[in-house]
Amino acid sequence: MRSVSIIGIGTTPFSVLEGKSLKEIATMACVEAINDARIAKEDIQTFYLGNYCSGILVGQETIAPLVANSVGLRKETPCTKIEGACCSAGIAFRDAFLMVAAGVCDFALAAGVEKMTSVSTAKATEGLASAMDQEYEARTGLTFPGFFAMVARRHMYEFGTTIEQLGMVSVKNHNNGVVNPRARFRNKVTLDEVMNSRLIADPLKLYDCCPISDGAAAAVLCPTEIARQFTDKPIEIVGSAHTLGYATMYEMDSVTTILPTVLAAKQAFEMAGLKPGDIDVAELHDCFTMAEIVDSEDLGFFEKGRGGPAVEEGLTQVGGKIAINPSGGLLSKGHPVGATGIGQVYEIVKQLRGEHENQVRGAEIGLAHNLGATGQVATVHILRRR
Amino acid sequence: MYKKPLPRPTLESKEFWEGCKRHELLIQRCRDCGSYRHYPRLLCPKCNSENTEWVKVSGKGQVYTWAIAVQPFHPGFAEDVPYAMVIVELEEGVRLMTNIADSRPEDLYIGMPVEVVFDDVAEEVTLPKFKPAGK
Repeated sequence: MRSVSIIGIGTTPFSVLEGKSLKEIATMACVEAINDARIAKEDIQTFYLGNYCSGILVGQETIAPLVANSVGLRKETPCTKIEGACCSAGIAFRDAFLMVAAGVCDFALAAGVEKMTSVSTAKATEGLASAMDQEYEARTGLTFPGFFAMVARRHMYEFGTTIEQLGMVSVKNHNNGVVNPRARFRNKVTLDEVMNSRLIADPLKLYDCCPISDGAAAAVLCPTEIARQFTDKPIEIVGSAHTLGYATMYEMDSVTTILPTVLAAKQAFEMAGLKPGDIDVAELHDCFTMAEIVDSEDLGFFEKGRGGPAVEEGLTQVGGKIAINPSGGLLSKGHPVGATGIGQVYEIVKQLRGEHENQVRGAEIGLAHNLGATGQVATVHILRRR
Repeated sequence: MYKKPLPRPTLESKEFWEGCKRHELLIQRCRDCGSYRHYPRLLCPKCNSENTEWVKVSGKGQVYTWAIAVQPFHPGFAEDVPYAMVIVELEEGVRLMTNIADSRPEDLYIGMPVEVVFDDVAEEVTLPKFKPAGK
C-alpha cells in the first residue's frame, strides 16, 4: 500500500443552516477542500460521500451523483454514497484512503453531509432510531440517549463513575467550543447548569446529549510522495481501521466496552507503529458525555474505569495529558450525523497544521474516532504532520 | 389500539413469537456447541452451525442495566413516558432488551431478580416483559 496524505480540507459550520439544501452544503464543503488542495476539480478521480438518512430527512436519495454534478466532477468519476449511521463519513474517508493507498487513483475526494433541521425533531429522532435493530430493540422503546444512559448506569455500577464526571465532559467540551467558529453552541456551561438541565434518558440530561445539526465536511487525499507539490503542510494518514460490533446492545459482552472501537484502535495503532501515549490531540465520538469517557478508555488513553476520574483531574483538557475534543466535540460543535467523521478529520488536520482556534501546542500526531449506531461500527484514523 | 411498532415474525423469529403467544419464552440453543443465543438467527454466532433447537427457558434472570426514557423516539411511546428501558440477563446467560411490568421505574436496580411475564398486546402478537421475581 502507498502512503496517503490529506492535502485539502473544507467544511460548513455545524449548525442550523437555514435556507441551504443538502446538495448545497455538501458542494460548499467539497469545493472548499478542492480549492484548499490547490488542484482542479477535474483532477478528482473518485468520490465517496458519507450520509446516513437523506431519504427520511430531506426526501432525497442517490445523493452522491447529485453532489458530484453540483461540484462539477468529471463524468468518468465513480461516485459512491456510504452509509454507516453516525460513522458514515469515517467510512467514506477510509474508503477514499484505500483507493489511493491501493494505487487505483491519485486524487480522491471524501465528504460527509447531513441535513437534519428541515424536519421536526420528532421526525429526525424517528429517522435516527431506524439505525438500531427494529425487531428486538426499537420495539421495546430503546432510544439512543437510552443506549448511553444504560451504559452510564452500568459504568457507574462497575467503576464508580459519577454523574458529575459525566457533566464535566459537557463543561469541558462547551468551553472548547467557544472559540470554534464551526461549532453550533459557542457558550460556556457550568456544572450546575448541566446537572440541573432537564432529563432526557435518566441518568442523562440535556447537556449530556449532542445537538441535531446540519453540516458537511470534505477532504482531498493523494499519495504522500506528491503531496508537497500541493501544500506545505501535508498530513499523512498513518493509521486507518474500520470495524464491526454487535448488531444489538444486549449481545455486547459488556456494555461498558464498545468492541468495534477497541478493535479499530488496535488495528490503527499497529498500522501506525504508535501507541495511545503518542497521540497529542484526539477528536472522539462524544455523542453523549458517557460516550467520551468510554471512548477514551476503549482507545487506550486510560485504563477501563479510569475515564471518569481522568476528566475530573483535567487530563483531557487542552494542555492536559491528552487533549480530547478541543473542537468542542459533538456535544458543542454539533452532530450532523453523516458529516461528523470528516468534521473530526477537519479539526485534527487544522491542529496538525498548527492553525486551530483552540490549538494544542506542538501537536504532531492526532486521532479521529467515529462510532456508528448502537456500537455497530467504528473507524479510527491516526494522522501525522510531515 | 396498540400504537407501538409490532414485530413481524419471519423465518428466523417465527418460533420465538409463536412461543410468546403460548406464554412460553423460547431461546435458541446450538445442538453442536451448546451455546444459547438471542436474537433468533439461522447460524450459531459461536460455531456457525445451522443445527439449532428451541429451548423453553425458565424466564428467570436479573436486571443487567436500565435507564428511564423521558423523551420518546417513536410517537407510539409518547403516552408511556417516563418508561424504563431494561436489559435482562437470563439464567442461561443470554440477555434481552425488554420492558418491566408491575414495577415503578424508580424501584429498579442492577442485579434485581426478575421473571418473564407475557403481554398480549394485539390479537396476533404477545410480547415478553419482566416483573420483579416472586411478586
